[in-house]
Amino acid sequence: MSYKHKIAKRAAQEIRPGDVINFGIGIPILAMKYLSEDMPVFIHSENGILGMGRTCTSGDENRNLIDAGGGYPTLVTGASFFDSALSFALVRGGRLDAAFLGTLEVSQEGDLANWIIPGKFAPGIGGGMELAQKAKRLIITTTHTSRKGEPKILTRCTLPLTARRCVNRIITELAVMDVTDRGLVLKELAVETTLNDVIRKTGAPLIIEQDNEMDIPKF
Amino acid sequence: MKTIDKRTSLDHAMKKINSGQTIMAGGFGVPGTPFTLLQGLLDRNLKHLTLIKNEANEDGMGLSKVIEAGMADRLITSHLGLNSTVINMMNDKNIQVEFFPQGILAEKIRAGGAGLAGILTDIGMDTLISKNKQMVIMDDTPVIVEKSLRADVALVHAAKADRAGNLMFEKSARNFNPIMAMAADLVIVEAEEIVPTGAMAPDAIHLPCAFVDHVVLIKNLTSAYGVLKSHVIQA
Repeated sequence: MSYKHKIAKRAAQEIRPGDVINFGIGIPILAMKYLSEDMPVFIHSENGILGMGRTCTSGDENRNLIDAGGGYPTLVTGASFFDSALSFALVRGGRLDAAFLGTLEVSQEGDLANWIIPGKFAPGIGGGMELAQKAKRLIITTTHTSRKGEPKILTRCTLPLTARRCVNRIITELAVMDVTDRGLVLKELAVETTLNDVIRKTGAPLIIEQDNEMDIPKF
Repeated sequence: MKTIDKRTSLDHAMKKINSGQTIMAGGFGVPGTPFTLLQGLLDRNLKHLTLIKNEANEDGMGLSKVIEAGMADRLITSHLGLNSTVINMMNDKNIQVEFFPQGILAEKIRAGGAGLAGILTDIGMDTLISKNKQMVIMDDTPVIVEKSLRADVALVHAAKADRAGNLMFEKSARNFNPIMAMAADLVIVEAEEIVPTGAMAPDAIHLPCAFVDHVVLIKNLTSAYGVLKSHVIQA
C-alpha cells in the first residue's frame, strides 16, 4: 500500500455514522475509498452538493455533476444540490462535523498553512479558509515531510497562514498526532516506522504518553 | 392574451455589453459555465472588462478564452489552480487578479443581489486576506467588512427556462448562477431548453423571472459542455 493510501485508510477511521464531511482534494478524497459502503454519512462538496458518493468509473460520468476538484462523483440516496452561497452557509454555519485537508505546513498550536508559497505558488484560497476555520473537527492528512525531506510539522509555520489554531488531528504515513493545550501528543505510530524516526522527522516537540515504544498504539 | 417573452438572439443580447463593464459569469468548472454566452462575448472583442467568476475555467475554455484574448484588465475570483495560462498572465501583470475565499465571494455577490452594502465576517482574520481590510468591532471582537459585489452584466447558464425567464438549474451546474443573476443590472441567460410559461411547476422554479432580462436558447450544446476526459478516472 502506498503512503497516500496508508494515510487515507487511517483518515477514514475518523468518520462516525451520521457525520457531515468535506474532503479536500488530493489525499483527503482518497479516504472516501476506505469508507465502508454502509457507513451512513453525507459528504459535502463546495460546488453545491451534499451526498456525494464514490468517484464514477469510466462511462458513468455526468457532464453536470463534478466535485470541487473537477472529478466526476456518484450520488448517495438523499443527496441534494444547492447554490454556492448556501454551500458555504452550511460550512460557516457550523454544520460540518469534520473536514479533511492536506497541507504545506502545520504547527504544534494547530496553525495551518496550505495555500500560498510567496513568489512560487499562489493559485488563490478557494474554500480552504472557511473549511479550516469552521469545521467542528479539522483533520490534516499529509506526508510527514516535504518532497525535500524537510519537516512539515513545525513549532511555528513559516508560510502565510490559512487559519490560526484550527487543526485538531494530524494523520501522516508515520504517525497520528493530536493538537492539545499542552502541545502535540503522539497518539499512534505506523508499523513501518520507529519512534526515533518520527521524532527526527517532526519539527516540533512530541508529547509521548507511554513509557515504552511498544505500548504506543500502532496503525 | 399578452404574455411576457424574454427570448432573444445571442447577437442581440451580446450587443448590450460594452467595453469597460463589469461582467459576472456563473459556473464552477464546466457545469454551469455559460460557454455560448462567453463565446458571444469573445466575438464582441471588447476591452478593459472586469470579470467575476469562481475560477477562470481551464486553459483555452470558457472565461479563459476571454482573458487570453486580452479583453479583461481585472479578474475577481476564488481559485485558479487548474489554469496555468491565467496564473502566468497574473504573474506577468497582464491581468490584475483579486482573490476571495470562495464562500465569501459567493456571499459578497449574494449581498449585492439582496441590496445590502456588505457583510461582516471573521473568515481570513489574522491572514494575508485581512491585510488592508476595513474592520469593525462587534461584541468586543474585530470582524472584517467585505463590500457587496454587483456587476453591469451577469451571464448565466440554466438547464431550463420558460419564456418569462423563470429558471431551473441541473445538479452541480447551479453553483454561482442564481446568486449572480440576482446581482447584476442586466441578466442574460443561456438555456438548454425553453418551455412555454406555465410548463414548470411553481415549486420547481429555482430562480424567479424577476431577476432575468434576456433568455437565449443554446442552439448547439458544444463539446465544451461535455465530460472533460482529463478528469475521468479509468477503471
